[in-house]
Amino acid sequence: MEEIFTLSLIFSTIRLTTPLLLAALGGLYSERSGIINIALEGIMLAGAFTAATITHFSGNPWIGLAAAVLAGALVAGMHAVATIRFHADQVVSGMAINILFLGVPALLSGALFESTGSTPQIPKDQLLPNVPIIIAFALVPITAYVLYRTPWGLRLRAVGENPEAADTAGVRVQAIRYGALLVCGALAAIGGAYLSTGQSSLFTRNMTAGRGFIALAALIFGKWRPVPTMLACLLFGFAEAVSIQMQGVAPIPVQFIQMVPYVLTVVVLVGFIGTSRAPRALGVPYQKES
Amino acid sequence: MRSLVYPLLAVIAAFVAGGLLIWLIGDDPIATYALLISSALSWPDGIGYTLFYATPLIFTGLAVALALRAGLLNIGAEGQLYVAAFATAWAGITFANLSPWLLIPLASLAAIASGAVWGGIPGVLKAKFGAHEVITTIMLNFIGIALVSYFTQYHYKAAGDPIQQTISIGEAAHIARAGKIVPGFPERIPLNVSFLLALVACLLVWIFLWKTRWGYELRATGTNPSAAEYGGISIRKQIVVAMAISGGLAGMVAINEVLGYRYRFYDGFSVGYGFTGIAVALLGRNHPLGVLLAAILFGALLRGGLFVDIFTDNVSKDLVLVLQALVIFFVACEQAFRGPFSKLGLLRRSKV
Amino acid sequence: MLELRNITRRFGHVVANDEVSLSVSTGTIHAIVGENGAGKSTAMRIAYGFYTADSGEILVDGEVRRIETPHDAIALGIGMVHQHFMLVDTMTVAENIVLGEEPGSRASLDLKAANDSIRRLSRELNLSVDPEALIEQLSVGQQQRVELLKALYRKARILILDEPTAVLTPQETEELFTILRTMKGEGKTIVIITHKLAEVLAISDDVTVMRDGKVVGRLRTAETDAPELARLMVGREVLLRVAKGPATPGEVVLRVAGLSLEGRGGRRRLSDISLELRRGEIVGVAGVEGNGQTELIEALAGLVPRSTLSGSIEIDGRDVIGMPARERRRLGIAHVPEDRQKRGLLLEFDLIENSVLGDQSRVPAVRRDGGIFLDSDGMRRRAEMLVEQFDVRPANPDLPARALSGGNQQKLVIGRELMLPPRVLLVAQPTRGVDIGAIEFIHRKLIELRDAGCAILLVSAELDEVTALSDRLLVIHDGRLAAEVDPASTSAEEIGLLMTGQKLEMSAGTKDSGAPT
Repeated sequence: MEEIFTLSLIFSTIRLTTPLLLAALGGLYSERSGIINIALEGIMLAGAFTAATITHFSGNPWIGLAAAVLAGALVAGMHAVATIRFHADQVVSGMAINILFLGVPALLSGALFESTGSTPQIPKDQLLPNVPIIIAFALVPITAYVLYRTPWGLRLRAVGENPEAADTAGVRVQAIRYGALLVCGALAAIGGAYLSTGQSSLFTRNMTAGRGFIALAALIFGKWRPVPTMLACLLFGFAEAVSIQMQGVAPIPVQFIQMVPYVLTVVVLVGFIGTSRAPRALGVPYQKES
Repeated sequence: MRSLVYPLLAVIAAFVAGGLLIWLIGDDPIATYALLISSALSWPDGIGYTLFYATPLIFTGLAVALALRAGLLNIGAEGQLYVAAFATAWAGITFANLSPWLLIPLASLAAIASGAVWGGIPGVLKAKFGAHEVITTIMLNFIGIALVSYFTQYHYKAAGDPIQQTISIGEAAHIARAGKIVPGFPERIPLNVSFLLALVACLLVWIFLWKTRWGYELRATGTNPSAAEYGGISIRKQIVVAMAISGGLAGMVAINEVLGYRYRFYDGFSVGYGFTGIAVALLGRNHPLGVLLAAILFGALLRGGLFVDIFTDNVSKDLVLVLQALVIFFVACEQAFRGPFSKLGLLRRSKV
Repeated sequence: MLELRNITRRFGHVVANDEVSLSVSTGTIHAIVGENGAGKSTAMRIAYGFYTADSGEILVDGEVRRIETPHDAIALGIGMVHQHFMLVDTMTVAENIVLGEEPGSRASLDLKAANDSIRRLSRELNLSVDPEALIEQLSVGQQQRVELLKALYRKARILILDEPTAVLTPQETEELFTILRTMKGEGKTIVIITHKLAEVLAISDDVTVMRDGKVVGRLRTAETDAPELARLMVGREVLLRVAKGPATPGEVVLRVAGLSLEGRGGRRRLSDISLELRRGEIVGVAGVEGNGQTELIEALAGLVPRSTLSGSIEIDGRDVIGMPARERRRLGIAHVPEDRQKRGLLLEFDLIENSVLGDQSRVPAVRRDGGIFLDSDGMRRRAEMLVEQFDVRPANPDLPARALSGGNQQKLVIGRELMLPPRVLLVAQPTRGVDIGAIEFIHRKLIELRDAGCAILLVSAELDEVTALSDRLLVIHDGRLAAEVDPASTSAEEIGLLMTGQKLEMSAGTKDSGAPT
């Protein structure tokens, strides 16, 4: 077993943490503003598919990434309009978006590439370099600074805790929430883009495989704070790295190895949720007249 | 009446948005929808397959609806029905020599019980530790599906079978297909007795929710846990019970799939019945009658989707998935349809 | 100067403000009085831009202004202290005060500048507030000061206070009034919303009286008195006293000894509470909100986890501390919770289903006790009886509870609890947010119940209410019973001092109150 724990495991951990971290930080902006974002999974899928498709057509991963960011913001915007403007149930709206982006990429790829849900292979020299890794980890201190040291961060936290108080203090609650969701969409989509055009070289059906939900669990585990959330993501990334390295090496059926991140997520939720306090207004639509 | 208007509007909105997507990828929306509907309503194949696909959706729709009545979103029906399908096949294989009178109830019981266990776990995790059921049920989907895939591959597969499926269940466990009961109905259509079972399940869920004290307590928990607790109802118990019943209902999908259709566990059999159940429940307003109607609608879409897949240039059967998601989305955005008269809408609700 | 002209505002089918006009002169303290639901808060929330009016106009310094958001109001120098404080508990005083008007640049929040200016403001008014403290660590009185600072930080010239004394002891109220007078001396204009007439007379220069969404009187405070204001508020002569005969206490039904409750994070919410409740008496619990009243009632009702409790609770000599709520109910313990909407009712359910909440496993909810199938006829009969006897309007059992007004919801809850019939009634805030007619009705019912031999434990934030209804009065402070006093012979000031935790020499036996005799 020893040879498993090597430098390559560390790199692998960091690479696998990146999409989780981007999604979790995106979720942090959304949930700190009071909007539950179960839609992370769908946003990542939208980002991953858009990045792979646009990179395929343009031959430039940066254009693909930019398009993914746009797509992510658009999808998050859908969630925003539903939950903020129409007071839709945040979990239900998020779930709808997840299912929608299970279907939309499959439908489009069928039309564009005559495939059943995957995009064509992207040549190696057209893949994203490791920039998203740097973006993801640089965003941790940046998010902390934004949250605790800028007026917008103060307003964001206030809106997530007590929107009525923020409103009476002259803060535009809905505007802050829209902004937070757009940031969330952009970040989670970068995470998705990195999956399809960085870690691998094409989009495959449902390629996020629950990463959006794992990111959410990491966010809860990290108590909705940037640095602990990063540590939680690293833990999940490490579990995934180990399970990948073990495949074919350890004499364990592949199904059990694949299960590891999911079991870990449940264990983490069960073991630590009691000590974690959500933003108070999380999941509650803000309505003045009731 | 009002309880019909908004779901209808949501369905129309979903079809319009879906039509836009069809047009975008280069097909004719009207022709596509016409194909979808006509292939779902033809006799006997269209109707037969529509009801066959509706059967699992009734079960998962009831499962999601019952949990929602208790204030829980069970996204784990997919994992629950996989675990149940394997358990049913296991019972059908292991006790293959029993008489049908024993084996069919036993295998059905295995379906319900295993679904209830797999649904009950997130219930316990929420009741005891406060872990949000949405995340735990999703995780248990992955875990459950991997688990039964392992058992199938390593323990219950016929040697050399390239397909990921178990060996056949005993013939005593087969339940009657519609062809045996309805004169002139071809027996190749897999519609079977479990459709009737689904209708009975609708009735029982309705009785349970509105005519028993247990249903009262479950609904009270869902609408206001704090008041339910005040009324001497144990919230934790309700969470576990609701999730277990919900899982049991989802597990009943296995009766249709394993005892009525394939006569074995086939890894990958579900086309997302568990997730579609969410759309069915929401569209059916968490009421058994609504669930029944919504399940038939989605059953028709599943049936029609196959034809759309084959007979259009670009549209694949994933269109069904998209329509389903759009229906959920628009049902959630109900307020959008009230438009500028939202105040009047609230007024009406308070008077009815 | 602030002026409202012909302001109308509807919520659904309710007209909250009907052609409301009022005018507040610069440098005065203006009181707006009225019953619950008279539309006082709505009018002022419109002036603050929290709601917008359907019609009418707002004038500031003689000019018509558009105030559509609090932001607009703040820009015009209007500040508001809401009845429920608009503070973010998990943030610091300074963060709360500067929220929305942050010093520094967009990219960097200057908390040091914030702290400095708050310290300076706080010194000017003698408020002694630490800008770096977390809100959740502050007392209610201090939180209110933060609210005042918030308005002043925004350079408010016109300050609106919505029921500022509801959560204060008489002493804290006096301190607040001193601050307000200082502010008036500095030229600020103050609007105070209240329904307590003594306060109006004590602090204001002018009074506007509202009733049913309309202005029914504009008076100079110096030229009016309490009975006139009360008559205007209610629209008829009112009985300011509750009519009740002397109590005839019987045997002890409920005996609590050494009851303590350990809350979250090891915080003691109740400490060593001992009391006795006899048949045929009303025992009141007075105290500033948040001092353990809610916890006491919930502990007695069986709604607090056993593991957090120590001590004993006996009903008829039988220890019930580990007994769940459902079984306690069977022993005849009824409970009217302080928050009827969150705790006492299923708002989406109809009156029929609400009329059996808590008794859903007993006749008439089911055919026989412990039965499984609901008895819809029995439930309907129960609901009809309840609606009739307790004058619930509209008298339609098929309506959802949400469709009832606050007063009718409360009558529904009280009616349901009285149907038991109870041997012990635990009742919290029985008349909160209830109109005057319903208050009289509820008070009469409670006294009838006492005279029929029920033991009643009453918690109310309205000092007037507990003193008027109670036969004995316990004062609670910081989770402890500070004293037992005779409600008839003890002044509000004395009770107020006890509520702040100060001991009085004259109050005998603070520790032994309610101990076995």
